[in-house]
Amino acid sequence: MNIEYNADVIVVGGGPAGISAALEVARAGRKVVLLERSHYAGSKNMYGGAVYTHALKEVFQEDFDKISYERVINSHTWAFLSEDSSFELTYKNSSNNHAYAIKRFNLEKQLIELVKSKGVYFCPDTLVVDLVTNENRVIGVKTSIEEYLAPVVILADGVNSLLARKIGLRQDFKRHDFILSAKEVYKFDKKTIETKFNLKEDLSNGINKQYFGSDFGKLKGYKNLFMMSFLYTFKDSVALGVGVNLEDLSKNKLNISDVLDEVKKHPHIAPLIENGEMIEYSAHLIPEGGYKKVPALYSDGVIVAGDAAGFVNGVHFEGTNFALISGKLAGKAALHALEKEDFSASTLSVYRKYLENSFILKDLYSYRNIINNLYKRSNSLSVYYPNKIKEFFEIITSANCTSKSSQIRKFAYNFIFGRNPLDTIKDMFAFLKCALDVFFGK
Amino acid sequence: MEKNSKEIQKKLTTVKYNCADSSHLSVNQEICAKCKEKTCTFICPADVYIQDENTGQLVVQYENCLECGACKIACPKKNIEWRYPSAGCGVVFKNS
Repeated sequence: MNIEYNADVIVVGGGPAGISAALEVARAGRKVVLLERSHYAGSKNMYGGAVYTHALKEVFQEDFDKISYERVINSHTWAFLSEDSSFELTYKNSSNNHAYAIKRFNLEKQLIELVKSKGVYFCPDTLVVDLVTNENRVIGVKTSIEEYLAPVVILADGVNSLLARKIGLRQDFKRHDFILSAKEVYKFDKKTIETKFNLKEDLSNGINKQYFGSDFGKLKGYKNLFMMSFLYTFKDSVALGVGVNLEDLSKNKLNISDVLDEVKKHPHIAPLIENGEMIEYSAHLIPEGGYKKVPALYSDGVIVAGDAAGFVNGVHFEGTNFALISGKLAGKAALHALEKEDFSASTLSVYRKYLENSFILKDLYSYRNIINNLYKRSNSLSVYYPNKIKEFFEIITSANCTSKSSQIRKFAYNFIFGRNPLDTIKDMFAFLKCALDVFFGK
Repeated sequence: MEKNSKEIQKKLTTVKYNCADSSHLSVNQEICAKCKEKTCTFICPADVYIQDENTGQLVVQYENCLECGACKIACPKKNIEWRYPSAGCGVVFKNS
C-alpha cells in the first residue's frame, strides 16, 4: 500500500525527550512534527528543580549559551532528619555549573523556540488519542481532530505514557515502581533568598538539599516509608517537595500533601520557607522501576524515549539528562531508518544499541537492584540511622560531664543490639551490594 | 494520619487550570461500591475523589486534577479510566 505521509517523523510530547528527538531529526533536514497536548509545553511538567547542563549542551550545542536559567545549582547537601535534629553533609563548588535551577514552564518555552528556529514544526494544543497502524506497523497518530502520518513515531509522552501502553510496549503499571512527589514553591524577594541561603547576587550559585528521614511529626510511627524530601533555590523562590513510594502511601493510607506538611513543619526546614508566599502546588509521578521495568523500546514504526521509557536514575535525582539524551538517540535511530527506508523493528533496534553504548542503559543496568535493595531497608534509612546519627552527635556535642568512652561503648552496643542484630547485617549486605553493583557495573 | 482536605483545597487555590467541559476521569460506580480500600479517596494529591456520605457514590472532581496519574495506578480494582484532558485543557503549572 502506498501511504501518503505528512512528515518524516512525528514526535509525541513536548518535554525534554521529545524536543531533543525533534531537534536531532530537524538538524538532518528531515521534516519533523512535534505534538504537545498542552497550550504551553512544560506546563504539565514538574521536577525537583534543576536541569543538567552537560546533556543540554550535548543536545543544543551552539545554542546552549542562549538558554537562560534562574540559578546555577552547585551546592549539594545530603541531610538526615530526626525529630528535632539534622545531620548535613554539603559538597559545594562555586566554579561548577553542572545544573541549572529553572522552572519547567520557562525551560520548555525556551527549548521549543530554539528547535522551531531549527525547522521543527511545533503543534501545541494537540492531543494524540491513538496510534494509526497498518499491518501491525505504526504509521502515524490520531489526534482529537485528524490523522497525521509519518513512517516513524517517537513516543515521548511522559511517565503516564498512555500510547506506549496502548500498543503493548509497556507492561502494566505497578504501584511499587513509582514515586509520587508533591512540591510547593514559595516566593520571596531575591535579596531575602540570598541572605537566607548565603547566595551571590549574580545567580552563579544555588542550593539543592536532599533530606532522608521520616521519623518526625505525625510521620512518627510509620516505620517503613521510602521517602526523600528536597529543596531547590531559584532566583526569587524556593521549591520544597517530597517523594514517597506509591506502594507505601497506599499501604499506609497516606496523602502526599499531608506528608509534605509534616516535612514543612520540621524545625530545620520550617525556617527555610518562613514568610514565603506559596505560589504553586504541584504533583507528579516518577518512574522508579529502573532497568528491569524498561519497556520494549521500539516496534515497527515506533520508538519510546524519556520518562515514557522509565529512564530515570532515582538514586541521583537524574531524569532530565536521561530524557534529553534518549530523545537525541531516538531521533538518531529514526534518521537511520529514514536513510535505509526501512522502518521495521529490526532496523529501529539500532536505538537500543545506541542506548546501550550511552550512559543511559549502562547506568540503569548498574543501578538495576539499588532502588529495590534500599527500598527493603527503608526503615533503616528513614528511621533507624537518622536517629542513631542524632544519638552519636549528642554524645560528641553535649559535654555532659560523663566519660566519652563509656558513652561511645554504650552507643556502639545499642547500635548493634538496640534492634535485631540481623537488621544491621542485612543493611551491611544491602549497602555492600549497592556499592559492588556500581563498582562492577557497566 | 487523617487526610487534611482543607489544606489541600487551600494549596489548590495556587494552581492554574484551563478547565475542560467534560471529565477525563471516569469510574464504574458498581465496582467502587464493592471496593473496601477506596485508595483513590486518600491517595490523590488534589483530593479529586470524594465519597458522598449520603449516596455512597464516588464523586470525581476532575477540575482539580493535577494529572499525576497516581489514582489510576494505585486503584486496587484498576477501575479508573484515566485519559488526558482534551487538547489545551487541564492543569497549567507555571512555577514547577
